[in-house]
Amino acid sequence: MIDIVLFAAFPYMAVLVAVLVGVYRYFNDRFSYSSFSSQFLENRALFWGSVSWHYAVIVILLAHVLALVFSGGWATLIAAPVRLYTLEVIGLALSASALLGLVLLILRRLLNARIFTVTSTMDWVLLAALLAQVVLGLWTALFYRWGSDWSLATVAPWLVSLAKLSPQTELVASLPWVVKLHMLGGFAIIALFPFTRLVHLVTFPITYLWRPYQVVVWNWRKKQT
Amino acid sequence: MNVRAQVSMVFHLDKCIGCHTCSIACKNIWTDRKGTEYMWWNNVETKPGTGYPTRWEDQEKYRGGWEMDPKKQGLKLKLQGRLGALGNIFHNPYLPSMDDYYEPWTYDYEHLFNAPEGDDQPTARAISMITGRHMDNIEAGPNWDDDLGGSPVYADSDPNLAALTPDERSQLNEIERVVFFYLPRICNHCLNPGCVAACPAGAPYKRGEDGLVLLNQEKCRGWRMCISGCPYKKTYFNWTTGKSEKCILCYPRLESGQPPACFHACVGRIRYLGVLLYDADRIEEVARAADRDLVDAQRGIILDPFDPKVIAAARAGGISDDMVVSAQRSPVYKFVKLWKLALPLHPEFRTLPMLFYVPPMLPVLAKLKDGLYEVDGADSEGLTPLLTSLKQARLPLRYMASLFSAGNEEVVEAVYRKLIAVRLHMRSQRVKDVPEVEAHRALAQGGITPEEAEAVFRLTSLPTFDERFVVPPMAREMAIEPTENPLARKQAAGFGFRRAAKRRW
Ligand code: HEM
Repeated sequence: MIDIVLFAAFPYMAVLVAVLVGVYRYFNDRFSYSSFSSQFLENRALFWGSVSWHYAVIVILLAHVLALVFSGGWATLIAAPVRLYTLEVIGLALSASALLGLVLLILRRLLNARIFTVTSTMDWVLLAALLAQVVLGLWTALFYRWGSDWSLATVAPWLVSLAKLSPQTELVASLPWVVKLHMLGGFAIIALFPFTRLVHLVTFPITYLWRPYQVVVWNWRKKQT
Repeated sequence: MNVRAQVSMVFHLDKCIGCHTCSIACKNIWTDRKGTEYMWWNNVETKPGTGYPTRWEDQEKYRGGWEMDPKKQGLKLKLQGRLGALGNIFHNPYLPSMDDYYEPWTYDYEHLFNAPEGDDQPTARAISMITGRHMDNIEAGPNWDDDLGGSPVYADSDPNLAALTPDERSQLNEIERVVFFYLPRICNHCLNPGCVAACPAGAPYKRGEDGLVLLNQEKCRGWRMCISGCPYKKTYFNWTTGKSEKCILCYPRLESGQPPACFHACVGRIRYLGVLLYDADRIEEVARAADRDLVDAQRGIILDPFDPKVIAAARAGGISDDMVVSAQRSPVYKFVKLWKLALPLHPEFRTLPMLFYVPPMLPVLAKLKDGLYEVDGADSEGLTPLLTSLKQARLPLRYMASLFSAGNEEVVEAVYRKLIAVRLHMRSQRVKDVPEVEAHRALAQGGITPEEAEAVFRLTSLPTFDERFVVPPMAREMAIEPTENPLARKQAAGFGFRRAAKRRW
């Protein structure tokens, strides 16, 4: 029963909350869709914290998603031990970078008086959640070795079953608790997404790559072309 | 020809007395909110000086504006390319931080009343408006180097002084020769704005109808590239909302037929506002001109509002006849295009700024002689050297050229020749202590007719309110006022929010 609540009900709820509240926030409080940059108040620590955090976490997230979506390809990729070790080492290095960056960001918010004043309660909640999630992920990687391999038979099909709306919680029922907490943490962060600054994720300005440099807006009269 | 209308500005620096009334008018209306305390959409700097934020003109540090890409023969943002913008998004390496402006503070006035009885007078300690903590060392503030205050530190590191010889630089510090003037600055509402081009989210935009550069607060995501992209540092980061803000040229006032508050409040009446018509198809070509041609190229993009061809093209482009009439009456057109007296600030940033400056007449070199302040040659030649000596200007022409003509001294000299001619001509007419031959010679040298000189004199010294501000007709006059009480909304968000702009998430 508890498995159903945690590994079926909770994930669906989290995604539902993320989508509904996210959409609501976008249409009712678009002004708040922002990264809430604090670089203007503190520049140096942010460089080390933000750069090592973001580059690492974005690559790790992408790796999670790609391994899930192309699990067949992923399996062949890690079939050769050399490639498996290489990937694990890269993963560990990135996790370390993410962890260090995140700790630095948290310390910066705690210790710098200017940054402390512009930190909201939800900022603290988010940072704590992310820290827990990164630690759990690193823990899994270190003490439950070759997760990129065993997750293909457990976590991946479970997520696929969730996506197919026929959740098979028994797939993950026997995993260690640390791993389960990492999985739950992921969905907890998805649920947090619309209530925090994490919304900046979906506003990634990819269109900058091709939009014309100058933007001219005609308000009152449509210019004849 | 793609004709567009642009609300443009002229500041006549000879008339600026550095009183900062413009800055205060602006601050009281737009930037008295939390998060904007440090912002001065309008500020007045002392030149030579480092300005606000410190050394904003140093683009090796801040990377604002455009530069020519020698490889592609095209323009590129000095800041970064498109991929670079996405790569630097987690931390913008060229962003000025609050310490490049100053940390805003107030004073603990209450303590003056509440202090317990003691042997000493109570003091009001400074309190940071960011952290609420006491600030014991205030190291910068608005107009920190006003009137050359601390000039060995500040004026000496003015980036424009790089153009001068060491000799000329040391002269500036001699007490008898000390010289300065004021440079009021607002957003230039450029034709090729760097802030618009640098923003990954596309939040800043140019309003088609009147060319104002505005910043959509709903679209701004706090990627903070516009602040770097603007070489004039006229977009600012609101540290409470996490968004950028900038001068809006008081468009709510413009739309109700009034000049912007800083214009209206100006005590020296140095400010002029009017419409220019320009050819939008030529923006890039002009922005790519060689340094020494930039001023001429920028004059060239401005169209003659009396030319029937231009009027026809304007009409075809959807510009109302009222707007064309407004452009014909524009004082900016006269100063910039007709008389060629007003120059863009740092045209080498290649954003095509639409705020132009009439450079100040420079004080001439003089000596103390028998306790009297005496201009070289004044005993033999009377007043003329005082009124004409360009060579002996205390601030070398090269300095002015570094500010107003991308280093082209000929352009600046031509402006000064004209200004001198106007002075000599009017002096010979009114006070009659300058011989007419002198005045004629000056007019010939300045390339200006007596009639023109008189017109320049009139618009400089005796203009009426309506001659200084030819506010273009915009259709939305007074649309807001019947429904909103401006006083009740003071200190409110100021951008048309219906909710307080504070963090809720
Ligand atoms: C999609 C690409 C992303 C972009 C463009 C981006 C951009 C940014 C920016 C500009 C900031 C503000 C930094 C500053 O203070 O100046 C920021 C902060 C932050 N981002 Fe991201 N981000 C991205 C992805 C992510 C992801 C995937 C996460 C976590 C799962 C994340 C978590 C955070 C957090 C926690 C902060 C606050 C850091 C602090 O304490 O100051 N971001 N991000």
